[in-house]
Formats: sequence, structure tokens, C-alpha cells
Amino acid sequence: MEGKAFFIDTTLCTGCRGCQIACKQWNELPATKTENWGSFQNPKDLSFYTYKLVRFSEDIGDDGKPVWYFFPDQCRHCVDPPCKEIPEDPNAIIVDELTGAVLYTDKLKKVNSEDVQEACPYNIPRAQPGTGYIAKCTMCVDRVHNGLLPACVKTCPTGAMNFGDRDKMVSLAKKRLAEVKGKFPKATLSGIEDTRVFYLLADEPAKYHEYAQATIIPGGIDRKMALKRIAKPLKELSKEWQLLHKLAS
Amino acid sequence: MTNHWIDIRNSDCILIMGSNAAENHPISFKWVTEAMKRGGKLISVDPRFTRTSSKADFFTPLRSGTDIAFLGGMIKYVIENKKYFKEYLAEYTNAAFIVADKFDFKDGLFSGYDPKTRTYNKSTWAFEKDENGNPSKDRTLQDPRCVFQLLRKHFSRYDLDTVSSVTGTPKEDLVKVYKMYSATGEKGMAGTIMYAMGWTQHTVGVQNIRTMAIIQLLLGNMGVAGGGVNALRGESNVQGSTDHCILYHIWPGYLKTPKASQASLSDYNAKYTPKTNDPLSANWWGNYPKYSVSLLKSFFGRKATNANDFGYNWLPKLDDGKAYSWLDIFDEMYKGNFKGFFAWGQNPASSGANANKTRQALAKLDWLVNVNIFDNETGSFWKGPGMDPKRIKTEVFMLPCAVSVEKEGSITNSGRWMQWRYKATEPRGDSRPDGDIMTDLFKKVRYLYRRDQNAVFPEPILNLKWNYTTNRRFDAHKMAKEINGYFLRDITVKGKSFKKGDLVPSFAYLQADGSTSSANWLYCNSYTNKGNMAARRTREKSGIGLNLEWSWCWPVNRRIIYNRASVDKYGNPWDKEHPVIRWNGSKWVGDVPDGGWPPMLKPDGTPNPKTKYPFIMKPEGHARVFGPGRADGPFPEHYEPLECPVEKNLFSSRVINPTAPIYKTDMDAYRTCDPRYPFVCTTYRVSEHWQTGVMTRWQPWLLETQPQLFVEMSPELAMLRGVKNGEKVIVESARGKVKAVALVTKRFRPFTIQGTVVHQVGLPWHFGWVYPKDGGDSANLLTPSTGDPNTRIPETKAFMVNVKKI
Repeated sequence: MEGKAFFIDTTLCTGCRGCQIACKQWNELPATKTENWGSFQNPKDLSFYTYKLVRFSEDIGDDGKPVWYFFPDQCRHCVDPPCKEIPEDPNAIIVDELTGAVLYTDKLKKVNSEDVQEACPYNIPRAQPGTGYIAKCTMCVDRVHNGLLPACVKTCPTGAMNFGDRDKMVSLAKKRLAEVKGKFPKATLSGIEDTRVFYLLADEPAKYHEYAQATIIPGGIDRKMALKRIAKPLKELSKEWQLLHKLAS
Repeated sequence: MTNHWIDIRNSDCILIMGSNAAENHPISFKWVTEAMKRGGKLISVDPRFTRTSSKADFFTPLRSGTDIAFLGGMIKYVIENKKYFKEYLAEYTNAAFIVADKFDFKDGLFSGYDPKTRTYNKSTWAFEKDENGNPSKDRTLQDPRCVFQLLRKHFSRYDLDTVSSVTGTPKEDLVKVYKMYSATGEKGMAGTIMYAMGWTQHTVGVQNIRTMAIIQLLLGNMGVAGGGVNALRGESNVQGSTDHCILYHIWPGYLKTPKASQASLSDYNAKYTPKTNDPLSANWWGNYPKYSVSLLKSFFGRKATNANDFGYNWLPKLDDGKAYSWLDIFDEMYKGNFKGFFAWGQNPASSGANANKTRQALAKLDWLVNVNIFDNETGSFWKGPGMDPKRIKTEVFMLPCAVSVEKEGSITNSGRWMQWRYKATEPRGDSRPDGDIMTDLFKKVRYLYRRDQNAVFPEPILNLKWNYTTNRRFDAHKMAKEINGYFLRDITVKGKSFKKGDLVPSFAYLQADGSTSSANWLYCNSYTNKGNMAARRTREKSGIGLNLEWSWCWPVNRRIIYNRASVDKYGNPWDKEHPVIRWNGSKWVGDVPDGGWPPMLKPDGTPNPKTKYPFIMKPEGHARVFGPGRADGPFPEHYEPLECPVEKNLFSSRVINPTAPIYKTDMDAYRTCDPRYPFVCTTYRVSEHWQTGVMTRWQPWLLETQPQLFVEMSPELAMLRGVKNGEKVIVESARGKVKAVALVTKRFRPFTIQGTVVHQVGLPWHFGWVYPKDGGDSANLLTPSTGDPNTRIPETKAFMVNVKKI
């Protein structure tokens, strides 16, 4: 498959937040006012001003010792992005030809942001309070087009963040999965089938984040996508009807 | 570090203890990750499950302040299970030395203790001498008075039950760690320790490190790739600052600060120049006078001559038996004995232990100069909480200084690598580089001294050489060259001829007769006729990561020190896959060898009289398992922290370190085993903030990630106090209190210590009242004014507190 992809190896991530802050710096996003709500995780959630968020979760492992999981959350840049189906205007959300990056435009101001957020299996898009613009990770497409790595990848000290041609990232992800299986028998790769951001997780995805993995219903597509696939022919049908109606009048 | 950052990737087993490297040295984790990819194991031992622990192959907790108990158990395990590297131990360390009869240890005290002064007379901590005046040795390690047998005896009390009861670490976990780590005693295997303030900031700080050094010597891990004793320094250039002696007890290059009783230069040199009768001992400190005289020539230039002892008496001396450390400075300041104070690039009102005492001490000054980038709790102490500016007479000056990227110079990292840095941009507004501020200050002081006929003792000021400016601005290159050193006249040394004004190529050429200068002998070789070695940027193409042409390190660019111990007596590396040096028949190849002398044995197995023992910085040439130089004992011993949760020390009847410094003003309160302060407390850092937060609290992106002071506690303790996660609480000690957000986490579990449940909590010390207003104040308001007897570093890692709902 063409285009680029991220491979995020959470077995190497130390939750340092270098990626979270590099993203803010490159995109010149403001900091928001936060308070310590009982976790290292801050801000508490993604927002119009926070495209990349390291999520922290704690548990007790099978050996009775604590585990602390770090999940550098971001837009998955789906190969076939469900969010793209929501706006009427096909150019409100663009898929970049070179990289496959899913890019939001200001045309989204006209779209109900809740619908866009609902459509996303990973709960990523966030609206600006008051204006309705929607924003998320851009894959640093401006950097990538100029031969640079995305800011978060460039910053990562441990090699948790990787980026490159999708095929190469798929190979790397599979290689790392094989390497860690002995130490982490429950290890999986999330998102490798249909997105451009795959996560190597040492444990069950739900232990990292509710949306670490898209919820799947039998048939292999998720509820939201299923609803849309059904809705789509109706929409197209409605256009045909309108055309016929017009011709008829 | 004896080794360096990149070398960590060569390790078979990394113990991270007294450090949270993934958190506070995140870039170092790249090398830990690499070691693990190559099959190395990571062990994390910490009171709390940290970001480092989350990546470790094995984690186990221990109560803050019990590291010697934990490691002492490892020494016992290594000895009993014969995991030690016998040949290395017998040949390269003083394990074989016979200790003199009068040395003894009984019930927590070594021989020579004076309870009145609370210090040791160390004369009994000595070796038996043979007919040549050298230590007697038993290389079979069987003599009951040899160091090895005394070590075995000393740590025989550190059995699993006792260690577990003191540390709170489960017995099976102790065994697992001991087994994993001691596997590196195998020839060809290497284990390394990465430690930081979690070990140093205790009343037994230096002995914590000594315990690990002994383990590393037992296992043959010194001088080898992937081994060593590796301190993760707490600041990017603190290694540089200690190398250049910005501490009261040392002169640049770890020379000693003279004492009042050393009236002349020859008295001083005689005192600190060790002697040996063993021709096989290089005894490198035997060159001491060359380094001290060269330093004096750098200070005073032409004014320093043989006739005036090279200006020796123009320098301040320490009163015998008196300490002038950080804790002592603020103690004297609080007593009103200081008129003025330069808080230069630091924030003592938040960074020093017992911060309330420090803040009150500042109010006793006539004047304070705060040189810093941002406003902070020190410069603004007079308007802090509880302060009434109307009653404070201190005149405060804020001098804005340039940031590191606004000036050129060098930084020396934990691995001793001196890396040159360039100026990226001009300083903002009126802020100026420290070198310019110091130069102008000095010039003005000198002018005032010149002008005043009645100036008292003007020589040190008027005779100080200061030719480090270009166009009236401080010139880092001129200073770097002075640090390296010059020949001050035409001279021939070791058959090579040099001209006056030539840069000295290495410290082997420095002289004691005033013909050379060097402002730091350790850095001699860093800026030579070949250029600024610290500015080199060539990566190695292959090898074990030495990168001999990237920057420069001391001494003489030797990347792994004590590397003569990485080979057998024929000069063949113990570890063939990661050789540090190797004798090729006529010379050493690889790293800069720790002396070019040939191996100890000739190819036919006979001793080579031209050789030297590997540990060249010790007068006996052998590494010290028995260490007679420390203030609190030649062997480490577990003592409880000054404030501790138990009445008894299970290892002896001495509860605390018998030589730990204690202060006696009304601001110095200590409460041990007191039900009002029932919980063990420690302080630490987070990735997102830096030191007292002077720079990082003003950075919005960083503050967003860690906005407020928090206290981490177990769910059990939270339940005990009725506290919910995210709720604000008060943490208080005998000295002060702070408001913090409770972070209730399973990463802290209660300990069972001597049969009782003991809770521990921890706080980061990054916050201060100046900004943000809701961020919280310094955790150092809680910490005690006591510390290590050798270094006086404060014991901020183990003390007692209470936690209360608001």
C-alpha cells in the first residue's frame, strides 16, 4: 500500500511527553490551563489545541507487580477515513495523495462537529469551542513533504515513535511484535489493517485506552462505518431523485 | 561516570537504583533500550514504581534510606555463592591486603570514634606493612585479616530475613535481584549501575555508592565495557562544575583546598602527595605538586614565583575541622554572619533542604545579588509567604543573565565528555553572559582595591591574572586554553622541546617548578596546538561506542577509566566481544589506555618489571574494597536516616550515622519515630520540569503537562486518611508544610518494616510560590538540614511527614 505510516512501539515508550510537546511547538498551539486531576496525564483529553496526548493508565500485572502503560494518542489517519464521509462537501476533509494524511480544512466549520467526532472509531476530532472549526493531527504533512520526520517522531528519544513508507512500517511492526512476544505473550498490533498509525501494545488494548482499538462488530466493520455504508446509498439515491425530480419539472 | 552514556548499550545487566533514569535522564534511555534489544536485562529498585520500572525486566520496591541493607545483602550473596571474579578481585583490588591489627568494628562503630566530636580518628584504618613498607598481601584471599575475609565477616549480618525486615523488600525478590545481577561476575559479562540523587542525598550517601563500588569490584565490572559505576549527574554541566571545583573542599582538578594548618606550599603539597614504596604502583597523585603549582601559575601569572610560594598564601584556607558546605553557609547566614550573598544561577529558597531556614536566612543579609534568567523564590524572597517586606533590610539586586544558547562555551556531561557549544543567538535586552558579569565585577573590585591605600590584604585581588577577554567581553576560548595550560618558557620535557606560549599537550608535561600553568590539570589535553578538542564531531564508524573523535573527555580522552582492569595479566581482554583495550605485542590498541605501560606478565608468563597495577590513582595501585579515606568508615554499614520510622537499627545499636552533621538553630527541627510524623517521605523529579522549576514553570507547554505540586501515596494510605485521588492535602514535617494534590496510585505500596506497616509518600520539588499562583510551593520546605558527613549533601530523600485532608 502506498503512502506513509507511523509505527508506535509502546513497549519502548517511557511517557516522557516529548512527542506531545513537540507537536505543540511545531503547530504553534497554545497551552491550556490545567490542574493536576490525580494523574500525570495532562491535558486530560485531546482538544482543538492538543493533537497528541500521552494517556497514562495503571494496573496490577499478572505477577502482582504494578504496570504503567503509556499510550501516545493521535489521529490514526485511516486509509478509508469514516470522518471523510460526514461532510457534504467532499473537499472538507482531504486525503493527501503523497502520504495518505487525512487533513481537515476550514470548510468543516459548516459541519456539525459532533457528527464528525461520532464517526471516528478512535474518538479523535475535536472542535474549537465557539467557532466550530475542527482540528487534529496533520501527520506534520508540511514537514514530511519537505523530507523531514513528523515533529513527534523526531523528538522521541527511545525509538517508540517510527515513521516512513507504510510497507516498511508494517514490516517493522511485525518484526517488533515477534521480538516481544516472548516477554509479552498478549502483545498485539492495533490498527495495522486499515490505518496509518499502528500501535504495538504489550497487553490488552482496553488497558491502555478505551479507544486504543476500534470497536469491531461481526462482519469486520465497526458500527459507525456500518451505519454510514447503509446511509450512503440513500444519500446518493436522494441525489438521483432530486435530479430526476428536476428533469421532470 | 567511570564509563559513559553510550557505553550503557554494552551492558548485560543494568541496575537502576537511586535513579529514575527514564524520567529524569530520558535521552539516556535510548542506550538502556539498545542494551535491552541486545539481550541485556534491566532491574529497577525504587520505593515507587516509576517510568523506569515500567520498562524493567524486574522491579522491586525498597524503603527510602535502606540501600546499604539491600546491597549489603547482595555482597553476602555474591561471597557465599562464589559469584565473584576471583582473579580480578585478588590481583586488581585490595581484597588481598592484610588489615592492621588495631582496626576493628563493633556494634555499628569502627575503631577510632570520638563521641565528643562525632568524628573518627582514622589511623587504625590501615594495612599491615611488609619489609618494603608496602601493604602485606595474601592473594589467595584466605588470611583471616585480609580485606576479603573482613568484608565477608562484616556483611555476614546482612542475611535475607534482616535485610527484608529493614528494606520492606520481599525475600524472594531480593534473591532474584542478587541472582540476576551477580551473573555479571562471569568473565566476559558486564553489569552496570545507573544511580543519581536517590543514592547521594542521604546521611549515608557516599557509603551507598561505596557499597555498589565494592559489588562492582567483586564482580570484575570496573574498567570494562558495559560496566562501571555510573552517576547520572543532576544537571547538564554539574560534572563541569565539580571538575572546576565550585565546592568548598576542592580546587580545580580535585586538588584539595588548603587548611590553615598548612602554612606553606610545601606543607600543603607534602600533605596531599601520596607516596608508595611499590615500583609497580604508578601512584599518579604523586604528581600532585605539578598540578597545584601549575594552577597557582594560572591564577597569578608572573606574580607567582618560587620566592612567594607561587602565591599560595594569597588564597583562602579552611579552618581545620570546619565545614563550609551549602548547609553550613545557610546555617551561618541564619545566625546573621553574612553581609552579602551571590545566588548565582540558583534558587536556594526552593532548592536547599529546610527551605524555611534558608528563606529566613536571606532576610538577615545586608544585600543579595540574584543572577538568573527568571524571577524566582530567592530573588523575591522578601515578598514571599510569611514575609513582611517592611521588616526586611536586605537590599536585593536582580541581574538578568544570558541563557546557555546565547553564549559560547563548553558543557561537561556525566560521562566526562567536554562538548563545545556555540552561540545561537544574542542575549535579550540587558541580559549578559555570566563571564561578562564576572569580569566587570572583578574589574570594579580591583579598581577599588588599587585606589584604596588602606585596602586590607590586596594581593589576592591585585595579583590575580585576568586576561580572558576579547574586545572587553569574556572569551571562552581564552579561558579554555588557560584551563588546558601553557608552557611559560622554552623548555624540553621527556625529550620534546616546547616554546614559551605553546599549549601543553597533556598533563604528563606539567611541571612543579613554575614553568607551566594549567587552570585544571584534568583538562590538560583538551585545547592544544591541534585545536579545540571539545569541538570535534566525528562519529566512530564501528566499535563499542567510544567515539574517540567526538568531543573530548578527561583524562586525556580516555573514555572508560580503569581500563587496564579490563584485561588479564597478559593484556588480553576479559570480554573478547567488547574489548576496551588490547595489547598487540608492542602497544595498547582501542581506548586511550590507563597508562601505556606493558601488561603485568610477559608472553612467557614471567612478571614484567615495566608494568603498573591498573588502578593508577590509588597509592597502592589497587582498587579499594577496604576504603580508609571516608569520614564514616572503610566498609559501608546500614544506619537509618536521621528521621526514620523505626526505633531500632537491626544491624547494630547505632541508629543513625555516628558522623552525620546536625545543626542546632531553632529552625533545625528533627523528629524521628514520632507519631505526629508517621510516614516516610522522599522527593524526586519529573521529566517535564527542571530543578526548582525556575525555567520550566514559565514554559506554558511544560506547565500544561505538570501544573501543580502533587504527593503520590498508596491507596491504603489514602484510605487511612480519607483522601481521594485528585483531592488537595497538606503534607507537613517538623520544619514546614505544603499543600499538594493527592495522586493515589498502586505504584506506592505500604512496606512491612520490622513487622509494622510503614507508609511512604513522595513529592516533586519543582514548584515555588512565585509562579503559578495555584502551583504549590517547594517540597524542600519539608526536608531536613542534615546530610552526608563526607559531602554534606542534604538528606532530602528520606525523612518523616504527616499527610492530612484539608
